[in-house]
Amino acid sequence: MNLTDYISAAPEMTLLGLICVVLIADLFVDDEHRMLTFWMTIVSLLITMWVLLATAPLGRIVLFDGSYVSDPLSQILKVAAVGFVAIAFLYARDYLRANDLHKGEYYILGLLGLLGMMIMISANSMLTMYLGLETLALSQYALVAMDRKNPVAAESAMKYFVLGAIASGALLYGISWVYGVTGELKFDEIALAIASDPSLNSLPLWFGIAFLIVGIAFKFGAVPFHMWLPDVYEGARTPVTLYIASAPKFAALALTLRILVDGLGDLHDVWSDMIMVVAVLSLLVGNIIAIAQSNIKRMLGYSTIAHIGFILIAVFCGTGKGYAAALFYTLTYVLAVAGAFGIVILLSRRGYEAENLSDFKGLNARSPWFALMMMFIMLSLTGIPPFIGFFGKLNVIDAVLSSGFTGLAILMVLASVVGAFYYLRVIWYMYFEGTDERAVLQASADTRLVLSLNGVAVLALGIVPGWLWALCTAILG
Amino acid sequence: MDLSPYLLSALIWLPIVGGGLLLALGDGGDVHSARAGMMRVTAFWLTMLTFALSVVLYMAFDNAAASMQFVERISWVAALDAYYYLGVDGISAPLILLTTFITPLIVISAWDTIKVRPAQYFAAFLFLEGLMIGVFCALDGLLFYAFWEAMLVPMFLIIGIWGGEHRVYATLKFFLYTFLGSVMMLVAFIYLYGETGSFDLFGFMNAPLTLTTQKMIFIAFLLAFAVKVPMWPVHTWLPDAHVEAPTGGSVILAAIMLKMGGYGFLRLSLPIVPDGSDYFSGMMIALSLIAIVYIGFVALMQTDMKKLIAYASIAHMGFATLGIFLVWRISAGMGAGLGMTGAMVQMVSHGLISGAMFLCVGVLYDRMHSRNIADYGGVANTMPIFAAFMVLFSMANAGLPGTSGFVGEFMVILASFKASFWYAFLAASTLILGAAYTLWMVKRVIYGEVANDNVASLEDLNIREFIVLGVLAVAVLLLGLWPAPLVDMMNASIEQLIQQIGQSKL
Repeated sequence: MNLTDYISAAPEMTLLGLICVVLIADLFVDDEHRMLTFWMTIVSLLITMWVLLATAPLGRIVLFDGSYVSDPLSQILKVAAVGFVAIAFLYARDYLRANDLHKGEYYILGLLGLLGMMIMISANSMLTMYLGLETLALSQYALVAMDRKNPVAAESAMKYFVLGAIASGALLYGISWVYGVTGELKFDEIALAIASDPSLNSLPLWFGIAFLIVGIAFKFGAVPFHMWLPDVYEGARTPVTLYIASAPKFAALALTLRILVDGLGDLHDVWSDMIMVVAVLSLLVGNIIAIAQSNIKRMLGYSTIAHIGFILIAVFCGTGKGYAAALFYTLTYVLAVAGAFGIVILLSRRGYEAENLSDFKGLNARSPWFALMMMFIMLSLTGIPPFIGFFGKLNVIDAVLSSGFTGLAILMVLASVVGAFYYLRVIWYMYFEGTDERAVLQASADTRLVLSLNGVAVLALGIVPGWLWALCTAILG
Repeated sequence: MDLSPYLLSALIWLPIVGGGLLLALGDGGDVHSARAGMMRVTAFWLTMLTFALSVVLYMAFDNAAASMQFVERISWVAALDAYYYLGVDGISAPLILLTTFITPLIVISAWDTIKVRPAQYFAAFLFLEGLMIGVFCALDGLLFYAFWEAMLVPMFLIIGIWGGEHRVYATLKFFLYTFLGSVMMLVAFIYLYGETGSFDLFGFMNAPLTLTTQKMIFIAFLLAFAVKVPMWPVHTWLPDAHVEAPTGGSVILAAIMLKMGGYGFLRLSLPIVPDGSDYFSGMMIALSLIAIVYIGFVALMQTDMKKLIAYASIAHMGFATLGIFLVWRISAGMGAGLGMTGAMVQMVSHGLISGAMFLCVGVLYDRMHSRNIADYGGVANTMPIFAAFMVLFSMANAGLPGTSGFVGEFMVILASFKASFWYAFLAASTLILGAAYTLWMVKRVIYGEVANDNVASLEDLNIREFIVLGVLAVAVLLLGLWPAPLVDMMNASIEQLIQQIGQSKL
């Protein structure tokens, strides 16, 4: 291997270098000038994005003795992850400044988490995957605890950490079983080993797979390993919730697809039932419990669980169409949920955390434009055409039906109807209820612009969804 | 240059873009401002322009052609083989005309009665108009579903923002009920997409399907359309929605949205799953007759005027579904088209009459802020012109010959005689029941001594109300005395539909 081969790993290396620069530079910046750190972070992300696009792989390139892969799937997920981390930072900035939380750590931990996500996305071996996962997870634990004087944040960080450690343990345990059976750690070699010796496909391997699925389900936040998710969403400060709720979903998708499809694709019969149970439970539990929430962050947490059910059902199908649908769904879901948390952040002011659904009351009278954006996002999450979320659901249902699971498809649409209620409740509060609050939502021009683009994109992509679906099917179909 | 290939797109997008414009400009939060006034005028002219476009459509429409006209077809979602595919035939064109005819009247009627956020109110109706026309034009399953579902959103907001006291309950019930019905249709569409490889409705119609599949698809469509019509027993959202909706919302709901259900049966259920429709036709006829008879009795018992008209709507829409599904019970050559034509005429006529009835109640409500029949009495003494209109529309509602209400009901009853005496017997009971509930309401509200001081101080119609009710009265009488233009328009398409469903897919 010569040096030019490393170019496929250039985005991660660039990012790591830039993180070091930001980390050191931030030492010399005082709180007054923290905006400098912000802009350096954004520039770092832009440079990373540029390197990503400049080194876009045409095919599948395997590096580092087979433990790292760069392919179109990794490319699209990394571009999305970098983009959404940048958006999260932008939405978070004004809130952090107003609440005396504007420290360099938020950005640096966020960037480190991004590095972890990118490593996961490009992992071609169990150990690379685990490395990326821990980089991401540790950054997230620290981010949740960032507001250290806040007991709720500290509690949820602790909870997240303990449960996360157990899940990592489960994953690692599963990895060791799979390694023990197949003698391989790299996904393609695991697949090869299983294909060449069918006798491996027996109880010890299944036992390992069960633990891998526990790990995956935990990282995604799927039922019954979801208990951390609503608590962390609620306990963390909203900008941190935004971060956790958006880009890491791409990494979780990569974790699922790389392990289950690249590594264990031939064992679809073994893992599909486990995934289905987890997915259907997530769909039902997420949608039903979300109805009872009065805290918007918790509600969006349970709604996330329900959406993860959709993503996992798409993976369960085990067809190219299903995987492409999972990718499409994840991309469009994160777009909507980033906008939703962006608006929740906007509703908060200095010393006042807008966390309750009732904070949305009368928003149409206060800020009709942002109310409209929030309505777009809620309708997209409900799955009403012509918003993009509808096409996400459409593709998943199509994949499920073409695999012959009519009953499952009906269950999915019924769950969507249940879910409609709590999204509509946000619209109801914004449009049908009055409020004494007259203050117009304040946002700096760049946040306002990006948030508006975010909301409009949910509609515009729904009107022309074809290219994105074509892209997803080209990558995974 | 021939612009007719773009006519349907213009009809759909003019109101939607106009609505966006209204929303963007806003009313500055003040109902009495010059800006709010300008928004009203803009909304009015936008709806009039849309109506003018639909008149162009009517003029250029070829009555003799059974196939789709004004077809537009461009690729929309290439990856899913979905097209932006529009076209009209004799079944959809009259409903488009009804939509464009009713909407300007709603704008006029809301002129000075909407006190909060008028720009958003008018924008919502413009969006709704464009989306409803879209439903009637769409020939691609995905496009149809997109319009069908998107339509719920403005209606949800109209009831929720400008509705009565229990508006939130009513509008959520409306949304969730109809959403629940439509998602099943979506599953059926996606299944058919899997079978045929595209969302083209004609592809769906030509797809060979087994009887079991057809039955399942029929049930899926039934859930969507029966909720919309609404048929007994999934009708309970309608009285709530009507009572709580503002006048304009009630009018659109009764006049056009309910027609979507009947249209769906004609455009989708019958041609796509003919054998499934045949299989379930007995059940459909039974449900329609229950709606006509049982709901007629329910209407009789109402004390709230809007609720009464809402139940009357359900009963009248029972005629539409009865007429449609009678086709399986009448042997060929015996005039199988009569029931279906009757159903279509009934839908258009009910659109006009129920719209007018809700506007009449709106006129009273604006003055008295009560919909209770008991609060009224002797209105004829203080509002003679209004009373004349109200009596006319009530007569039409009861199916008096000479009004449009008679034509459709008569055709359907005639058709049911050909099928079975008992169908006709039950259906004809509406002539008594309909007269009973409407005329009894008229007696209690309009006639008699002036009931109380509030009634005594009522003022008669203002010029805008007079124009709205006058235009509707002319339409109701015109269609009643001379329905030929309407019937001619749909004949060829209905003949073709009957031929099409006569060929079993098995």
